[in-house]
Amino acid sequence: MAESASQETPPPGFTGMISDWSSDQTTFKGAGWGKPMMWLFILSDIFIFGVFLLGYMSARLATPDPWPDAAEVFALTMFGVQVPLLLIAIMTFILISSSGTMALAVKYGYERNRKICGRLILATATLGAIFVGMQVFEWTILIMDGVRPWANPWGASQFGATFFLITGFHGTHVTIGVIALLYMYRKVMRGDLDDGRPGAITGRKGRWEMVEILGLYWHFVDLVWVFIFAFFYLW
Amino acid sequence: MAELGHDATSYAPPREQPEMELPHSHSWWTTYVFSQDAKTIAIQYSVTAISVGLFAMFLSIMIRLQLGFPNTFSLIDPSSYLQYVTMHGMIMVVYLLTALFLGGFGNYFIPLMIGARDMAFPYLNMLSFWFYFVSVLVLMASFFVPGGPTGAGWTLYPPQLISEGTPGIHGGVIFMMVSLGIFIIGFTMGGLNYIVTILQYRTRGMTLMRMPLTIWGIFLATMLALLAFPALLVAALMVLLDHLAGTSFFMPTMFSMGEQLPHEGGSPLLFQHLFWFFGHPEVYIVALPAFGVVSDILATHARRNIFGYRMMVWALVAIGGLSFVVWAHHMYVSGMNPYFGFLFATTTLIIAVPTAIKVYNWVLTLWHGNIRLELPMLFAIGFIFTFINGGMSGLFLGNVTVDVPLADTYFVVGHFHMVMALAPVMTIYAAIYHWYPKITGRMLHEGMGKIHFWVTFVGAYAIFYPMHYLGLAGVPRRYFAYGETSPFIGESVQHLNAFITVAAVLVAAAQLLFIYNLIRSRKHGKEAGPNPWNATTLEWQTEHTPPTHGNFGKELPVVYRWPYDYSVPGAKYDFIPQNVPPEEVEMADEGAVRT
Repeated sequence: MAESASQETPPPGFTGMISDWSSDQTTFKGAGWGKPMMWLFILSDIFIFGVFLLGYMSARLATPDPWPDAAEVFALTMFGVQVPLLLIAIMTFILISSSGTMALAVKYGYERNRKICGRLILATATLGAIFVGMQVFEWTILIMDGVRPWANPWGASQFGATFFLITGFHGTHVTIGVIALLYMYRKVMRGDLDDGRPGAITGRKGRWEMVEILGLYWHFVDLVWVFIFAFFYLW
Repeated sequence: MAELGHDATSYAPPREQPEMELPHSHSWWTTYVFSQDAKTIAIQYSVTAISVGLFAMFLSIMIRLQLGFPNTFSLIDPSSYLQYVTMHGMIMVVYLLTALFLGGFGNYFIPLMIGARDMAFPYLNMLSFWFYFVSVLVLMASFFVPGGPTGAGWTLYPPQLISEGTPGIHGGVIFMMVSLGIFIIGFTMGGLNYIVTILQYRTRGMTLMRMPLTIWGIFLATMLALLAFPALLVAALMVLLDHLAGTSFFMPTMFSMGEQLPHEGGSPLLFQHLFWFFGHPEVYIVALPAFGVVSDILATHARRNIFGYRMMVWALVAIGGLSFVVWAHHMYVSGMNPYFGFLFATTTLIIAVPTAIKVYNWVLTLWHGNIRLELPMLFAIGFIFTFINGGMSGLFLGNVTVDVPLADTYFVVGHFHMVMALAPVMTIYAAIYHWYPKITGRMLHEGMGKIHFWVTFVGAYAIFYPMHYLGLAGVPRRYFAYGETSPFIGESVQHLNAFITVAAVLVAAAQLLFIYNLIRSRKHGKEAGPNPWNATTLEWQTEHTPPTHGNFGKELPVVYRWPYDYSVPGAKYDFIPQNVPPEEVEMADEGAVRT
C-alpha cells in the first residue's frame, strides 16, 4: 500500500508537508506532544516580544524629546578610557556561548551520555546566571547614573521605561530558563530521563526529549536577545 | 455496494503513538477539585464562566434601569454606572465568552470529538483553570477596594483610564490589569494544550478534514487567541507601569485639574492599536467556535450533511487570518492617519466574503433538510438571524464615512451586541441544549427550554433593534444621563429606552429560568441514552454516558468517514457514525428508506 510505504520514507519537501497535514493521528510525525507545545509557546512569545519592540519603536518615534545616545549611555570606563558597549558585548558573547553549550548538551543527550550532557547543562545554566548577574550590574550602573523609568539625565523619559521593561522581561525569561536548567541538570544526573521516573510536579515520565525541548526555549531566549541588542544598543 | 457515504474508504493505518499517560485521581480532591480530567476541568470552567456571566447580566440590568428610568434608583450614581458598563463589557467578552467557548467547550469536546483520551498535558490544563479562577477572583475583588472597579469603559483607553476623575483609578485599574494578566497566562496554558491535542492526538483515521467543524472553530480561535492576547498582555503591563511607576508609554503631556501631570511624550494611540490588535481577533475568538458549533448542530438537526464542508473550513481559516489586519476599523475617529482608514475599511469589507460563504452554507444546509425544531436547532437558527442582522449593520460601521457620524452612538452598541453578544450566546444555549444529555445523561426540560428560547430571541430583538434607531437619532453611548445634550435628543428616545429596559428585565428573567432548568434536569430530567439526537460524531459513540475518565473504554475508536453522513441514500438509518466501517453499514430494505 502507498500509505505504509509513505510511513517508512516520508516524501521530501512540500509534498511531504502536504501528506503530513492530510494524514490522520499526528501532524508532526514522531514529534510527540512536548516539542510542538514548546514551538507554539515560542510563537506566542514571539508576539509578546514583537509587540514590546514595536511599542518601543513607536514610543521612540512619538516622543518629542531627544533620544539618549546609546554609545554614550552604555559606555564602560576601563582604566580611564571610555569603551562604548563593552559590557554589552561581553554579555552578548556569554549568552550566545550558552547557546553553544546547550546545543552540545542536546547532542550528548541523544547519545545517552548522561555525565557530559549534565555537565553541559550545568555550564549553560552558569553562563545564563552570569548573564543575569551582568544585567544586574548594568542596571545598577544606569540607576546610579540617574536613569529612572520616569526620567533620565539625557532626554526622552521613554528610554528608561522601555529599557527596564524590555530587558527586564527578557531577564526574567533567562532567569526562568536558568532555574529550569538547574532542575533538568538534577534530573539528568539522577538518571530520571533513562528510567522514566515521574516528575515531582507534573508526574510526567522523564524522557530524553525534555533536554531538547528546554534547549528550544533557551535558543529562543538567546535569539530574542539579538533583537533587543540590535534595537537598544545599535540603533 | 457496501461503501456508503462521503469518502467511505477503508482507511485505518496502524497506531503511531503509544497510549497516553493518564494521571488517574486517587482522592476526592484530585477527582473533583484539582482534577486533571479535561471533562471535569471543562465543567469547572463552564460553571465559573456562567456564574460570572450571570453577574455581568445583573450589571447590565442596572445599566438599563438607569437608562430606562433615570433619577429613580438612588443606588446608581454616575461613577457606579460607568463601573457597571466597564465590568459588564469586560466580563462578558473575556471572562464569559472566551472562557466558556475555549475553556469550557474546548476542554470537553476536543478530546471526545477527535478520539483522544485526554488533553496532551493534563497538568497544565488543570493549572489553566486555576489561573482563570484566580483571575476571576481578582476581578471580583476590585469591587471591594476603595473607589471600586475601573470605570473607563471595557476598552480601557488611557489617558482617561488613569486620570483623576475616572472611577476606580486607585485600586480598580490595578486589579483589572493584574486580573487580565493572570487570565492571559492561564489561557496560554490551556491554548497550548488545545492546539497540540488537536494536531497530535487524533485517533486512527481522524484526518484534519474529517474533524467536526466545532473542532475546527475551536482550533482556529485558540490559534488567534495565542497570537492576539500577547498584545493585551503588553498593553496591560505598560498601563500598570504608567500608573504605578510614572512612565509615559501612553500618557501624553497633559493638564488635569489645573495641574500638569508628570507624564510627557507618550502615545495614547499606541494603546488603542495594541488594544484593538487584541480586540478585533477577540471578536473572532468568540465567533469562530460559535460558527463551528452552529454548523454541527444545524447538520445534526436538519439530518443533512453540512453544505460545502471544505469551503466552511477554509472560510474559517480566511476569517481567522483576516481578523489580524482589520483592527484599526475600531479607530476611525481616533485621530490616526486617515489613509489607514481606507486600508482598514478595505480589509474589513473583504471579511464579508468568507463570512457570507458561511451564512450561505448554513442556509443551504437547511435547504431540503429534514428539519427537526428541537431546542438546539431553535437556538442555532436564532444564531443565523442575529448574526446576519449584526453583520449587516457591520457593513455600515466598516465604512469610514458612514462610521464617523455613527461612532460612539447606540448604533454601535446595537451592532456589536447583535453580532458578538447575542449570536455567540445563542450558540452557547444551542450547545448546552445539544450536549447537556451527553454531559449529564439527562435531557433538559423541553417546555422550559421553549419559553427560554422565545423570550430570549424575541426579547433580544426588542432590546437591540431599537438601539440602532437610537443611534441614528444621535444618542451617545456610555452616558449616565443626557444632561445638556437633551435638547438635541428627541423625546421619543426616553420612551424607547424605557421599553428596552422592560424587555431586558424580561429576558434576564428567562435566563434565570434556564439556570433553574439546568439544575433541575441534572436530577429530574428525562433519561437521555447515549445518542439522543442520532448524531454521528465520536462524542456520542462513547461506551458510557457521561463519558468516564479516558473517554472511550478499552479501545480508542477508529474513524472511517467525515462527521456529516446524514441521510445517506441507501443506508438503513439516516445517520452513519464516524466510527462505523464501510462494510458494517446497514443497508435499507428495497424501497423502504427509514428517516
